[in-house]
Amino acid sequence: MSVLIYVELDNGSIKKTSLEAVAYGAKVAEKTGGQAVVLALGKADASELEKAGAYGAAKVLHAANARLEHENSLAYADALVQAAAQEGSKVIILSKSGLGDAMAARAAAKLKAGIVSGVTALPETDGGFKVTRAIFTGKAFATTEIKSDIKVLVVRKNAIEIDEAALGSGSVALEAFQPTLRDSDFTASVVSVEKADSELSLTEAEIIVSGGRGMKGPEHWQPLIDLAKALGAATGCSKPVSDLDWRPHHEHIGQTGIKVAPNLYIACGISGAIQHLAGVNGSKCIVVINKDPEAPFFKAADYGIVGDVFEILPKLTEAAKSLK
Amino acid sequence: MKILVCITNVPDTTAKISFTDNDTRLNKAGVQFIIGPYDDYALARGVELKEQLGGTLTVLHVGEADAEPQIRKALAIGADDAIRVNADPQDSYFVAAQIAHIAGQASYDLILMGRESIDYNSGVVHGLVGEMLGIPSYSPVMKLDLDGSTATITREIDGGKEVLKAPLPLVLGCQEPIAEWKIPNMRGIMTARTKPLNVVEPVSVDDMTVPQRYKLPAPKGACKIIPASEAETLIRLLQTEAKVL
Ligand SMILES: Cc1cc2nc3c(=O)[nH]c(=O)nc-3n(C[C@H](O)[C@H](O)[C@H](O)COP(=O)(O)OP(=O)(O)OC[C@H]3O[C@@H](n4cnc5c(N)ncnc54)[C@H](O)[C@@H]3O)c2cc1C
Repeated sequence: MSVLIYVELDNGSIKKTSLEAVAYGAKVAEKTGGQAVVLALGKADASELEKAGAYGAAKVLHAANARLEHENSLAYADALVQAAAQEGSKVIILSKSGLGDAMAARAAAKLKAGIVSGVTALPETDGGFKVTRAIFTGKAFATTEIKSDIKVLVVRKNAIEIDEAALGSGSVALEAFQPTLRDSDFTASVVSVEKADSELSLTEAEIIVSGGRGMKGPEHWQPLIDLAKALGAATGCSKPVSDLDWRPHHEHIGQTGIKVAPNLYIACGISGAIQHLAGVNGSKCIVVINKDPEAPFFKAADYGIVGDVFEILPKLTEAAKSLK
Repeated sequence: MKILVCITNVPDTTAKISFTDNDTRLNKAGVQFIIGPYDDYALARGVELKEQLGGTLTVLHVGEADAEPQIRKALAIGADDAIRVNADPQDSYFVAAQIAHIAGQASYDLILMGRESIDYNSGVVHGLVGEMLGIPSYSPVMKLDLDGSTATITREIDGGKEVLKAPLPLVLGCQEPIAEWKIPNMRGIMTARTKPLNVVEPVSVDDMTVPQRYKLPAPKGACKIIPASEAETLIRLLQTEAKVL
């Protein structure tokens, strides 16, 4: 028996959220007996894959097949199921993302396995296998028992506390893996991929600085970007901001945008409408800067400053620069 | 063109969520239900494609009779007929199995749905249905055009977007800005009353997951307000007190 964890790669390195999934999977393996096995698909350096060892993996299966270099949820799900069969895995873990959900779903259907997405904590395993996940866009939690023999979990960022300082070197066995690929998984042709490589991804970011209509226009975004740079943060925005094309659509956070769960979320000139909150309520710490003391966002915030963003942002940037 | 649009019936975005029966059921009292916002995008694009290319559009809902006002609304917006699978679904696998069963009986060119429901937020039904039917599924789709039997799809990916060309049939999870939501007009509302709404019984599916209990998050502590004149102290507090820097 083993726990199989799929890790997403970004330019050959394992994504941070996926390393969290490895740590999560290693704990599940500890609870249920057996070892944590990692699956990586596409191009990656051995030294990058070996990182999984420090997070508790015993083995990494790596399929370096050129056809798997482009993200393809259909073929990836196929490979995942083949790896699970080879390793006799009863629990399969992915990290929450568009790809994670798509692969998990297809794998669960192939395996006739119960699937729970959005898991926020380690499973309870005394008497059944129960997981807790966020529902109603973070307004509540549900605990669900998974009854099927094989279980597929998609875990949210921050589902597990990791003490980075305590991570050892953890040796891991690297093994080449050769899944059988089916042409029927490759019927789509990729016309183009547009990706802002240099940007820190919102779902991965530990800190996000986000702006709303209170930023007044795209030409006024620089102070926000400066603070984000000083903090090593990603930038996000509210829906009207992306609707107005002030910022790209992939920065839009909320109910209809991306859901984020950083350690720190700094909202600048965002009122805090319930649809926006729905995308940020997984954040550990929320800071709100708004000139209106009645803005609803203050009710959800840990720290707040009532004032003009354009006066406050430069002060924060200066203070952040002197941190290091 | 034969299009199937799957809709959920979910509490309005602004609904206050609470539970009853010892925290084992959603308290529906005073909660307004709506078509899932992402499903509304799928429906709107489905109606546009039908108007453009001809064919039929069927809406499908897996759920109880109290969703019928939302199903009628979808008919008023432009669906030709509707199917309701009469069940109180407990998980995504069950819902997907019902959709796949219905879809498997008729050959739809396109099966559209929202990228996720806003109640359980799983975002896995399109993938499950695609696999159960043995056809490709893609999500989240922001743009969809058809040229004969080939779809051009713009999909959001981490930090950007991807354009794919894929042959039909397809299952797609939709999101904005694929189309503008449609509001039913008076004529639509009148004709919706006479359009067929077929109720069918579910096929049996093994219980994959069983809900146990629900819980609300712990109440949030008060927000610590820092005077604007001392804004820079925030950075120190984030480092020493909140320990997030
Ligand atoms: C179905 C549905 C789904 C939605 N999904 C989303 C979603 O996913 N994400 C999302 O964000 N929204 C979403 N919305 C929209 C949401 O309801 C709000 O309209 C939106 O979040 C408001 O954005 P905002 O806070 O930037 O703008 P506003 O509400 O206009 O707020 C601007 C704020 O800036 C403050 N401000 C102005 N000038 C300054 C200044 N100089 N300094 C400091 N503060 C200043 C103001 O006091 C105000 O609080 C959705 C709505 C619906 C109906």
